[in-house]
Amino acid sequence: MLELYLKSRLIEKKILLMTHIVLGYPSFEECFKIIETMVNAGVDLMELQIPFSEPVADGPVILHANQKSLAEGSTVKKCLDFAQNVTRSFDIPFLFMSYYNILFKYGIDRFAVSMAEINMKGAIVPDLPPEEGRDYLNAMKKYNLDPIFIFSPTTPDERMNYLASFGRGFIYCVARKGVTGLDTDFSGQLNKYLERCRMATHLPLALGFGVKDKNDIDFLKGKTDIAVIGTQTIRLVEKEGVGAVDEFVRSLR
Amino acid sequence: MINRGYYERFGGAYLPEILVATFDDLEDKFIKAKSDPLFWKEYSDIMSTYSCRPTPVTFAENLTNHFNGARIYIKREDLNHTGAHKANNVMGQGLLVKRMGKTRVIAETGAGQHGVATATMAAKFGFKCTIYMGEVDVQRQRPNVFWMDRLGAEVIPVREGTRILKDAINEAFRDWVGNMDTTHYVLGTACGPHPFPEMVSYFQSIIGKEARKQILEIEGRLPSRIYACVGGGSNALGIFKGFLADPVKLVGVEAGGRGLDSGLHAARLSSKDASIGVAQGYKTYFLQDSDGQMKETHSVAAGLDYVGVSPILAHLKESGRVRFESATDREVVDAMSLTIKKEGLIPALESAHAFVQAFKEAPKLSKEDIILINQSGRGDKDIFTVADAFDDPRWKEFIKKKAEEYNA
Repeated sequence: MLELYLKSRLIEKKILLMTHIVLGYPSFEECFKIIETMVNAGVDLMELQIPFSEPVADGPVILHANQKSLAEGSTVKKCLDFAQNVTRSFDIPFLFMSYYNILFKYGIDRFAVSMAEINMKGAIVPDLPPEEGRDYLNAMKKYNLDPIFIFSPTTPDERMNYLASFGRGFIYCVARKGVTGLDTDFSGQLNKYLERCRMATHLPLALGFGVKDKNDIDFLKGKTDIAVIGTQTIRLVEKEGVGAVDEFVRSLR
Repeated sequence: MINRGYYERFGGAYLPEILVATFDDLEDKFIKAKSDPLFWKEYSDIMSTYSCRPTPVTFAENLTNHFNGARIYIKREDLNHTGAHKANNVMGQGLLVKRMGKTRVIAETGAGQHGVATATMAAKFGFKCTIYMGEVDVQRQRPNVFWMDRLGAEVIPVREGTRILKDAINEAFRDWVGNMDTTHYVLGTACGPHPFPEMVSYFQSIIGKEARKQILEIEGRLPSRIYACVGGGSNALGIFKGFLADPVKLVGVEAGGRGLDSGLHAARLSSKDASIGVAQGYKTYFLQDSDGQMKETHSVAAGLDYVGVSPILAHLKESGRVRFESATDREVVDAMSLTIKKEGLIPALESAHAFVQAFKEAPKLSKEDIILINQSGRGDKDIFTVADAFDDPRWKEFIKKKAEEYNA
């Protein structure tokens, strides 16, 4: 169970690190190397994004990664096969992140079965609020998978409680308005928001959107349980190649 | 989420969490406006003084004689300010923006009609305005971009994805998730998350309300059939809504592009190529592959070149209330040409799709039958696209000379 794993890790570490990659970008081979490097550098869990042609919540960097992966011929089947190889090779929890249409077209129940078979732990589906997610929630429960729900700074307290009642594993707190990959102001405002998040749930909190270096992560220590690095590693791989990932991840602690 | 807006199994609100509060607020303001009798009055007053409502219904006598069948009438949405039915939705949402106290509007546009209409509304109401337009559409609809610039809107060419309408919608959403406090997204068609399908078709229903009254005044009876083109579906729903409870056959005409077998079309409800999916915040028929990735679409008419379709129309298709057909690019140019020559009317390439199907059916109907075509927009302002569609040699020569002048 993801929640227990996270809580046991948190006994040893002040803050956990979750990273995000887009499957098939730059290629599946390079994705494997990136994952291997990240796991060896001490990343605690990872989200693997199955590319979608219309990733509306993502900013330019992740959007392009989605498009290029699809243009190179990524399919849902290839992503599932790849993920199976990954979960066999590395001993940290992996989650899928994708938009709802990918699950919907595959078949919600069939998707959950596949996830369980290949030992994925849960999923983040940013365009699926619980109101629309009955089939998804049932399937995830049936196969003992964790549906990760999202809080945002515009979410009222009452709705945070409502979302938390469906969430399992942890809650993903979006740091600010806007899409992925833009700058976030790590300051007092964020503290207040994270306090609201903490009040709403007993689940561990992950904070993502705009987290890019050690300073940001130091700021988050004690306020959130997991820091999420998404766009920044994709940018790094684009600029400096897979070889730069190890030093970057190690520099974050 | 107050209400999710389902039409049987279509619609919904598949929203990222950051937008949920914004949609709740929008729905709340929309419901209040709808139940306020002064709001519809304010709306229809502004449409009659700023636009050209009620738009007339024109008897197409020459086309009627030409086809020697049903009596053909045309609802003249082309006579709206900015030349299309888009003004109806835009002015309505503009009044809501004032009620919400927001100061900036954004919009997507395909053909540019909705962009121009939004920029016009923003100028009139004093809002800041940003329009997202696919790079391909910027190329094919330059005159509309020119007018959006003049109207003070910032036009942002979208270079992502297929670089057409759906990609412009994605970019508008990406803007909105960062700026919802000041900004309203004026979605141009009856698609997207609830309450947009309901809200856009509510404002567009002014077309059908008028048309029903007008045809009864002229003919004393209802038409047998009504034809409208379907991109997202807003003009079709606008006119259909006036006749849903009547014994009137409703026909939606989609973009057949280069033919349904070619794969190069935008026929979601009249071809076998589409399947149910969830994208851009709602559930409907999409042109997508078996993995759920959206496909490229094609139409000579930028305004019909869209992968999804209104969830309300998807429901009306399944319930059998509306029949869907398609018209190819070639047929569209022929129907437009005939309408120009016979009636002196210049329908937009989008609207001409409706004419194609009406012309196919009119000769088979009796002289007692009345048919009504929704001319959703005017074609003369799309002169560059229309000239290309007609492959007019003298126009090309003129453009070459003009280019030489600029180079000099």
